[in-house]
Amino acid sequence: MDALAMGGYGAYVWSCFAMTFAVFVFNSWRARVRHRAVYRDLEVRIKAVEERL
Amino acid sequence: MLTFLHKMASPPHFYGLANTLGPWLAVPGYLLIAFGAFAGLFVAPPDYQQGDAFRIIYVHVPAAYLSMMAYMLMAVASGIGLIWRIKLAHAVAAAAAPLGAAFTLLALATGSIWGKPMWGTWWEWGDPRLTSELILLFLYFGYMALRSAIDDTVKADKASAVLALVGAVNVPIIHFSVEWWSSLHQGPTLVKEGGPAMDPAMLYPLLAMIVGFTLVFGAQVLRRIRTEVLYRERRTNWVRHMILTPEGES
Repeated sequence: MDALAMGGYGAYVWSCFAMTFAVFVFNSWRARVRHRAVYRDLEVRIKAVEERL
Repeated sequence: MLTFLHKMASPPHFYGLANTLGPWLAVPGYLLIAFGAFAGLFVAPPDYQQGDAFRIIYVHVPAAYLSMMAYMLMAVASGIGLIWRIKLAHAVAAAAAPLGAAFTLLALATGSIWGKPMWGTWWEWGDPRLTSELILLFLYFGYMALRSAIDDTVKADKASAVLALVGAVNVPIIHFSVEWWSSLHQGPTLVKEGGPAMDPAMLYPLLAMIVGFTLVFGAQVLRRIRTEVLYRERRTNWVRHMILTPEGES
């Protein structure tokens, strides 16, 4: 409980660490999703062109 | 040396290299962050003045440092792209911007949360460190808005590179603001004459967090560069070949 309370500054300290965790998760997720979207889009376009040829 | 640089600037080579390097940066980065966070939260003693509120520095300082480092990476890459017309350099700058903006926002938010119990206010407009860091956030937003407003990638690269270079003047202002002007923000603790003014029990977790944040940033920026390269090179044979091979992306 002491660790949670952080000498009365618990809300400040833990909210900062939670925010940091959220930023890392978001950055990682966003990069992954965008890469997959670009890759899939290219895959569809290139395969469509190949089929036409 | 020139051959090495030429090879590094080759999009297909860099695309593969970034894929290999990513996990080698991310895994030690997350391990260092886990160690730094644990030691910073539970092992380091409370500060004699700030009590446990000082533990916010374990996320605030690395975020603030990365906010400036990402901008410098963006500015240097933009300069290289403009001078030597290396497409990969523009891709690096474009990839670094959203991450830099995220870390700037994080630095501002955690600084503000720390400011409330320590200074009695969430924000102080007269403080040069806070204001110049906010300007950095606007520079990131401006850079990204400019890029997305121009459809032609070459024109977007050039225009945004000029903005990145002009905005780079703000980075030393942020860094030295606490020395040049009277500021609520505390002066330099880590980078100062005579070495860091911190107890080793507080210092080592902070150093672990700074290195860990940097490594994870490196891994994330590499992933974003790969996406930029893939999009920019979408009409090339190597992308076509990579997508049509049964293994797909290596």
